[in-house]
Amino acid sequence: MTTTSGVPLAIEARGLVKAFGSTRAVDGLDLSVPSGGVFALLGPNGAGKTTTIRIFATLTRLDAGTARVLGHDVTASPHAVRAGICLTGQFATVDPSLTGTENLVLQARLLGLARRAARARAAELLDSFGLTDTAGRPVRTYSGGMRRRLDIAVSLVVAPALLFLDEPTTGLDPHSRGQVWETVRWLAARGTTVLLTTQYLEEADQLSDRIAVIDHGRIVAEGTPGGLKSSVGSGVLRIQLADPRASGRARQVLGSVLGVPVAQDTDPAALTARIEGPSATEAAARGLTLLSREGIEVVGFALGQPSLDEVFLALTSHTSQLTGNEEPT
Amino acid sequence: MTATIAPPTFTEPGRDATRRPRMLRNSLTMAWRASLRIRREPEQAFDAIAIPVLFTLLFTYLFGGALSGSPREYLRFLLPGTLVLTVLLITVSAGLSLNTDRDRGTLDRFRSMPIWQPSVVIGGLIGDMGRYVLATCLVLGMGLLMGYRPTGGASGTVLAVALVLIFAFSVSWIWTALGLALRSAQAVTVLSFAVQLPLTFASNVFVSPATMPGWLRAFVNVNPVSHLVTAERALMNGTPMPSQVGWVVLASVLLTAVFGPLTMRLYRANLGGR
Repeated sequence: MTTTSGVPLAIEARGLVKAFGSTRAVDGLDLSVPSGGVFALLGPNGAGKTTTIRIFATLTRLDAGTARVLGHDVTASPHAVRAGICLTGQFATVDPSLTGTENLVLQARLLGLARRAARARAAELLDSFGLTDTAGRPVRTYSGGMRRRLDIAVSLVVAPALLFLDEPTTGLDPHSRGQVWETVRWLAARGTTVLLTTQYLEEADQLSDRIAVIDHGRIVAEGTPGGLKSSVGSGVLRIQLADPRASGRARQVLGSVLGVPVAQDTDPAALTARIEGPSATEAAARGLTLLSREGIEVVGFALGQPSLDEVFLALTSHTSQLTGNEEPT
Repeated sequence: MTATIAPPTFTEPGRDATRRPRMLRNSLTMAWRASLRIRREPEQAFDAIAIPVLFTLLFTYLFGGALSGSPREYLRFLLPGTLVLTVLLITVSAGLSLNTDRDRGTLDRFRSMPIWQPSVVIGGLIGDMGRYVLATCLVLGMGLLMGYRPTGGASGTVLAVALVLIFAFSVSWIWTALGLALRSAQAVTVLSFAVQLPLTFASNVFVSPATMPGWLRAFVNVNPVSHLVTAERALMNGTPMPSQVGWVVLASVLLTAVFGPLTMRLYRANLGGR
């Protein structure tokens, strides 16, 4: 149960298969998640992220394969697994008719805290998550962000060794998303291993130490965010044109200067080209100069590492439904 | 990066992986949760209680004179039946709340926790007993106001209430199984009506089966609700019939033995791949 570098594994899965009817949601998945840090499972909708997490959280029975979580087999000793994990699902599972305090006390009592300790713990967590003012109000009156924070607070009543977060920021506004990110970083810093699923590239990039890209129920790539990007290519030039009708001519001009194929994004006014090597900056400058000489107006450009969206595209060779929030500026 | 939460600075209680789940304690905590929900959503209970209350009033004063000579005399016959009807109608809530918990993902959270798993269902049922007791008090109170006098005395009435609660507890397991087996809360409600209406109306709650056609009488006579109502009347009106009580207890044991394990099987099974 250790990696080659000697770090113990929080999760070790081999050949996981789970089918629903004729659909194989998880199809021969292998995964090793080291203890400590944040591990992101990145993939589009329907890739098998949630099913994979449910298998690890002892909620879904395996059709084939083995999964050990915190050293315990999920099928043979689910109770031992449950003692060390916590699952925060895609939708807030706190009880809307109970107050914030009551939800936390409920969790604390179930996990074996005495009544007084449970109440003290609830107050502590409410304070930490900035929910003290609304502690006595039924959760149904909470905003989406507050509900999500309470949901995470509930998961931390007894801090787990391994926390599963299934799409923790889906549907949240940027402010609440930032708060959730901050909480995840804080948790990881104090030793909890976090396995999160996300379809947001930025989220995986920002939060995680390692990323596994999942597609059609299999892991198609795994590594550090930087490593994944460099495996696809070192540099990408992105250009945003003022007029999409000029894109054909712009692709020709750029292609001749850079000597590499120029691709068109889903946005017809956006072009991307892979340029590598030490002369990348110079080549980009030449390309931009030539564009302006040809009278093609450029409203924005960026030179950098490929986005995870491009990584995903290169890895799976099909159009992803991943949502990137990177815009050339 | 916006982040306004100060890093939580709590000392965490130890998590003992070998701690065995506690049956009683977990169940009582779950019952506490159920009781909180009842207190927060009293309208749910009132919806279910309003119908039997209306029936009692209407039937007593509309038909009482015609059926039994006087409303007061009919009430003596009807009230024990109303008690049964009221409690049975609200047993569905056990299935509805499990169904809601599943849809919200709350069951997933409980199922991934180191707790005694049946406590999720059993605790809910214990909490619901509070609801049933509330309903019996309401019906009995109304009966007393309308002039009903239980000649079986306090002991007879208490025994009658206890018997209703036992039967209601066992019937609840039908709804917990259905609540977990069916997709939506609506489906549970619809199906519950399909089961409840024949069972409660094709019984001796409102009238004696003596004037019914033979095929219906045959059903009414084997209907466990009829046996329960007969036992209730006997206890409350002071003419105990131990054999009827025995039948009801037997029916309760059978229902629990069938639908209890079935509920737990459905609970443990994969609850959909959301």
